[in-house]
Amino acid sequence: MNRGMLWLLALLAAAVMPLVLSSYHVDLATRILIFAVLAMSIDVLAGFVGRTSLCHGAIFGVATYVVIWAMAKAGLPAVPAFLAGVVAATLVAALFGLLAVRTSGVYFLLLTVALGMVVWGICLRWTGVTGGENGLRGQDMRPALLLARENFYWLVLAVAALAAWAMQRFVNSPFGLSLRGIRDSESRMRALGYNVPLHLFVGFAVSGFFAGVAGAMYAFFNEYVSPSSVAMGQSVAGLLMAIVGGVGTLFGSFIGAAAIILLENTVSWYTDRWQAVLGLVFILTMIFAPEGILGTIRRLGAVTRRAR
Amino acid sequence: MTLHRRTLLGSTAALLAAPAIGRAQSGPIKIGVMAPLTGVLAAGGREMVDGVTMFVEQAGKKMAGRDVELVVEDDGSNPDTSLQKARRLVEQAKVDFMMGNLLANTGLAVAGYVRGTGTPYFIPIIAADELTQRGRIPNVVRVAGYSASQMAHPLGDWAFKKGYKKIATIGQDYTFGHEQCAGFARVFSNAGGQVVRQFWHPLNTSDFSPYLGQLASLGVDAIFAMETGADATRFIQQYASFGLKQRIPLLGAMNTTDQSVIRTLGAECEGIVSAAHFAEGSDVAATKAFVDEHVKRFNRIPSLYGFAMYSCTMWVAKALEKIGGRAEDRAALLAAVRSTELDNSPLGRPVKLDEFGNPVYDVYIRNTVRRPDGKYWNVPLETYPRVSQFWKYSPEEYMRQSPYSRENQYIRQG
Repeated sequence: MNRGMLWLLALLAAAVMPLVLSSYHVDLATRILIFAVLAMSIDVLAGFVGRTSLCHGAIFGVATYVVIWAMAKAGLPAVPAFLAGVVAATLVAALFGLLAVRTSGVYFLLLTVALGMVVWGICLRWTGVTGGENGLRGQDMRPALLLARENFYWLVLAVAALAAWAMQRFVNSPFGLSLRGIRDSESRMRALGYNVPLHLFVGFAVSGFFAGVAGAMYAFFNEYVSPSSVAMGQSVAGLLMAIVGGVGTLFGSFIGAAAIILLENTVSWYTDRWQAVLGLVFILTMIFAPEGILGTIRRLGAVTRRAR
Repeated sequence: MTLHRRTLLGSTAALLAAPAIGRAQSGPIKIGVMAPLTGVLAAGGREMVDGVTMFVEQAGKKMAGRDVELVVEDDGSNPDTSLQKARRLVEQAKVDFMMGNLLANTGLAVAGYVRGTGTPYFIPIIAADELTQRGRIPNVVRVAGYSASQMAHPLGDWAFKKGYKKIATIGQDYTFGHEQCAGFARVFSNAGGQVVRQFWHPLNTSDFSPYLGQLASLGVDAIFAMETGADATRFIQQYASFGLKQRIPLLGAMNTTDQSVIRTLGAECEGIVSAAHFAEGSDVAATKAFVDEHVKRFNRIPSLYGFAMYSCTMWVAKALEKIGGRAEDRAALLAAVRSTELDNSPLGRPVKLDEFGNPVYDVYIRNTVRRPDGKYWNVPLETYPRVSQFWKYSPEEYMRQSPYSRENQYIRQG
């Protein structure tokens, strides 16, 4: 059975889930899909361009803010609001890209942290528009057809699958290959005549676009946004999901998001110290499966194949 | 108990309806409690949960004859986490109603969610004015809570009558701070006082010296400080170490001198005047009994968090008593809660809700005083009877005006 078939099966399994799960678990599954898209958008940069971003939570949150603001304050219908959110996030990502592409390594990391903090600061202080600390509440944002959580889940699943497919195509396209070339040796790519900053800029903007898609879906899921949605914690959460799933595997993000969100929600049921348990899981992952869950599965698969 | 004909008829009807509700009623009453149990606010969150369990245990773990099951969830002081946990409480744990949350943004997030589900949600700590004013939601009631500006209004009045003419305010730069400072500044300036300047500082300010330096040189008669948690501790300490304590009287929002802040402080917190419905140092018998019991159980004087959650649980228990424990009947529960007048709370005097779901209190002007054992607590100086969230303004007119914010402080000039 090839890999494509496997993913098709996974997609089918995901599609029938709402028929067997309780409403609460359908909500959890929806959340997992949305955050998987965010984690994948981070993985596009971290895994294929060698740039670890800590501002994607902010880009995600910009889309959430814009969608809720557009619907609750500007009175836009759902679809234009969704598009406005995605466009806003892409523009912010493009702007950040312009500033960040000339750096790499730890400087890139720090610069993206700073850019993310700027967004957070604006959301916190621009009270008239963002509602400040109290955030923005949307009301009855979903169109009638999507009111049932199963329907909403299916739509999110479709969008997530489409986004995953698009990102997969993107990183395997000739353009994506040149990004990988930049990851492996920036100077060689430059010597070969590639416009490295331009490639990085486009890569950053595309990645931001997908973070925006996730953020816009989150707006309809949560119907509430506050500065904590654009805070660094959000970026870190997305990055952790990508790492736990396996950096550079792309689809590992689904597994990473599922692992972290399920852990958060089940462990906190049993103990107040759920954050300690989570921390322990991260440490163990880093020690025993540094390539992440999917990365490790693939490596073990390769080992058994070779042994055969 | 005398049995009237109407109650007899009522109970026959209840008996007839019993098969339908009998099954639902057989289990315990499930209460969802949300509080920040991790993060910087964990101490306050722990006290909230303690307040609830204290009442439930005193009541023999029963309400209206039914067993009570508490489902406690950590909201992480984060609105998104709160929302996630609220969903879990309602949809998976299937609680009959929820109460709690500490930070305004967590409460607002949950309130937005329960608007859709109709789950009764009681918020004794969430003070965001909006929730019982312009943005009220039918199933969200501020049982045993208070709105942010409710206590600041009488303090503004008291400050002017005390003879202070010029005052500066300093507050945390977020909605809770804006609302309290506005409440104070509005009443004080409309009475004829002058609000010389207002300072806003970010949450978690560690060094107040830039502000204290300016405050010292303004030549004001008093300073109103709206601080919470660690900011309050640091502000009070630095106010004293800058030598301002001897020069300029300090007035505080109720949370500035809450027991959760001053229990770690010494002489630097003495003599700060604030306004609140609860004063742990009051000599009212009911308050004393509550404070003594709390000290016995947890070895600490109760803060607002413990008191508010305790009273809220008591309030809901009394409402449940009225409707025969039918916690599943949301409409009946909400109606009962709204119409309940709580007369046996630790306040020692009856409290009821206004028509918007916010309690009307007799508000104390309190002073922080040293106890014989060296600890400090808030002791009443004066009482403002029947203070509503709208102060002396008409609710309709009040709500037509824009809400208090950083920009809308309602300061009357000259």
